Amino acid sequence: MSVDRRALLLSAIGVSLGFAQDDPASVRPKPGDLLTKVGDAGKTPLTPNDIPLAAGYTAAWAMDPADNTVRSGSRLNQVLLLRFDPASLATTTREHAADGVVAYTSICTHNGCDIDQWLAKEQQLFCSCHESIFDPRDGGKVLDGPAPRALPALPLAIADGALVVAKPFTTPVGYERG
Amino acid sequence: MRRLIFAAWLCAIVMGLPAEALREGGQAPAPPPPPPRVPAEASREGGPMPAVLRAYAAVDADRLAHPADGDWLMVRRTYDGWGYSPLDRITPANVARLQPVWSFSTGVTNGHEAPPIVNNGVMFVATPGNQVIAINAKTGAILWRYKRPLPEDVVLLHATSRGVGLYRDKVYFAAGEAVLVALNARTGEEVWTTKVAENKAGYYMSVAPLVADGKVIVGASGGEMGIRGFVAAFDADSGKEVWRTYTVPAPGEPGSETWPNGDQWKTGGGPVWVTGTYDPETRLTFWGTGNGGPWMGDQRPGDNLYTSSTIALDVATGAMKGHFQYHPNDSWDWDEVSPPILVDYQRNGRTIKGLIDLARDGYMWFLERTSGPINFVEGRPYVKQNVFMSLDPKTGRPNVDPARQPGTGREAEFCPSHWGGKNWPPVAFSPKTRMVYVPANENLCTAMIGRPVTYTAGRGFTGMTNNLMIAPGADHIGEVQAWNVDTGARVWTHPFAGSTNWGPILTTGGGLVFSGGTQDRLFRAFDAATGDVLWEFPTNSGIIGQPSSFSIDGKQYIAVQSGWGIDSRTMQARLNRVRPGDFPEVPEGGAIWVFAIK
Repeated sequence: MSVDRRALLLSAIGVSLGFAQDDPASVRPKPGDLLTKVGDAGKTPLTPNDIPLAAGYTAAWAMDPADNTVRSGSRLNQVLLLRFDPASLATTTREHAADGVVAYTSICTHNGCDIDQWLAKEQQLFCSCHESIFDPRDGGKVLDGPAPRALPALPLAIADGALVVAKPFTTPVGYERG
Repeated sequence: MRRLIFAAWLCAIVMGLPAEALREGGQAPAPPPPPPRVPAEASREGGPMPAVLRAYAAVDADRLAHPADGDWLMVRRTYDGWGYSPLDRITPANVARLQPVWSFSTGVTNGHEAPPIVNNGVMFVATPGNQVIAINAKTGAILWRYKRPLPEDVVLLHATSRGVGLYRDKVYFAAGEAVLVALNARTGEEVWTTKVAENKAGYYMSVAPLVADGKVIVGASGGEMGIRGFVAAFDADSGKEVWRTYTVPAPGEPGSETWPNGDQWKTGGGPVWVTGTYDPETRLTFWGTGNGGPWMGDQRPGDNLYTSSTIALDVATGAMKGHFQYHPNDSWDWDEVSPPILVDYQRNGRTIKGLIDLARDGYMWFLERTSGPINFVEGRPYVKQNVFMSLDPKTGRPNVDPARQPGTGREAEFCPSHWGGKNWPPVAFSPKTRMVYVPANENLCTAMIGRPVTYTAGRGFTGMTNNLMIAPGADHIGEVQAWNVDTGARVWTHPFAGSTNWGPILTTGGGLVFSGGTQDRLFRAFDAATGDVLWEFPTNSGIIGQPSSFSIDGKQYIAVQSGWGIDSRTMQARLNRVRPGDFPEVPEGGAIWVFAIK
């Protein structure tokens, strides 16, 4: 690769990264964002009552309340919403919950697979790729498997009856990529 | 594309070598400048090019087809996939004196599966994390290091590399995000990169490229996410795509009648994640294919060609000249990605130009290769197998017990487990003993149940839940098996009572078999004839890397990466939940080890 070509490529990548960082669909969820179910073409804002109590997760995207831009441009933005009796939540988790609804990244902190199963009996999240298990009632902490750290949580609040993002992810969304 | 080249020696851990050996090139008198193959800014930092790189021996087609005894130029050393080195200085008589010569920390965790590839004293090792390291094979001194940053949101369910390919003065590496990279072998500088497939749609790569006929040939993983598998060839000089053959046919193509249900072929799976073998005589290259997507056969009616198959492709055009499907309409996650090895064997008084595959479905398949079609010869289980009630004697098509085939909402228990009697770790074949050596997992079964699943690009598309089980009464799991290919009889078995086995196998002209694979971190030498363990050595981590052997100045070396992870780690964790405490965690972190007789 010649110098000029590399410079050109690096410049193109810079442009592309800059675009990704500014793209409202790709930026991480922001405080004030609404939440909408993955695959909901109607972009309906979710409320606590839309999330079944202690019965699995609802996959969702954050949505800019100004223009209903769904932040689905990066798979790292997807979250899992779960609802529990607030009394059953660990203290910090309760602080991040809204009406018992908690939100975590759907991306396993191990190798970045999508967390894809709900262990109903144990009330735990399970990633079938490499068998990591997480506790959604206690900060998404790792209960078993190779995941090196807890799932980043997305603190929630209620605004006009709808679930909204209260704060950015508690820790960076990401994973070991080898 | 960013590329990082470090000429530092930060990670070298060399035992018993003088400090000078670590500073190769740095202290020597200024050598003549290297030939102007790359722009000046691309050369190594930190001083003149080491002599071993200045003298780098370009690889040509003849050297690939007929490698010198002391070289290991491709993933299984030779096109036939034998994993056999003719070197014979290390023998059953002296292997007890095998000792480490040097080791080298890779700086990354996760599963280290690539072999140390050695060309005339220069070693190239691929690791997880999109890294290729060039090392002086004799001293352990680092020559250059290439690291390619993975995208932040890369889809990479198996973060490993199974090795690099060599041709002329280039090193070929399949990056995780489904980009093929050509590096300058002397400097580690990127020469070209070619996007192979769309990573956001679930295509990722872990395969070692096959170099044949002036082409670099790869396939992509991603069967868990509803990809459409393929094998693709790229011009070795330019990176331009020459051909691409899908493992799932489009409507109207041969085999499309086995996908009668609408557009299911578009997400039909058949991934490719292990390097194919190649027959220079017929110019056919043989590749194993993964299972269909989604995983439950009842969700994709038909035989689903060419999933769970071996396909024979014309190396010049990619045209499919033959195929053999090990089992139709897979419902067990039995990816059959290991390619068959090319071995001519005796049957009923005649020599068969053969293909042999130890399949994930638990059967050892003896096939016949021709200039086109692949013929069935015989098949037999090599581990407990309760799914196939019989094989059609002419075609080899299995007669499946419906009670052992899981479906949507219908749980079934079956053996071997969904990881198979053998997973990706390759077998080895010795022409001296006429035996094929097999890293097997016996006594494991799975209970699986399917559920409906909707396709979303880049997301899970398996549609199932499973539980791993140990067969009642089992006294071991992991095994190394040895089978005589001419008689079809098992000669010896070495069981591992407390461990699974994920160890690729090397066999040598010295009459030895080398392999790791177990949770105790041991690297072992077996007597190839008897299976007796003659030597063992505890490494830093568990070994799932492919061992290789090479020689320098007449001295034979054995090399391997140690670095537990990925499926070996997952299976261990699941077994430890089945029998808590019996399958403890294995320390992670990668290292390259090189051994010799002292």
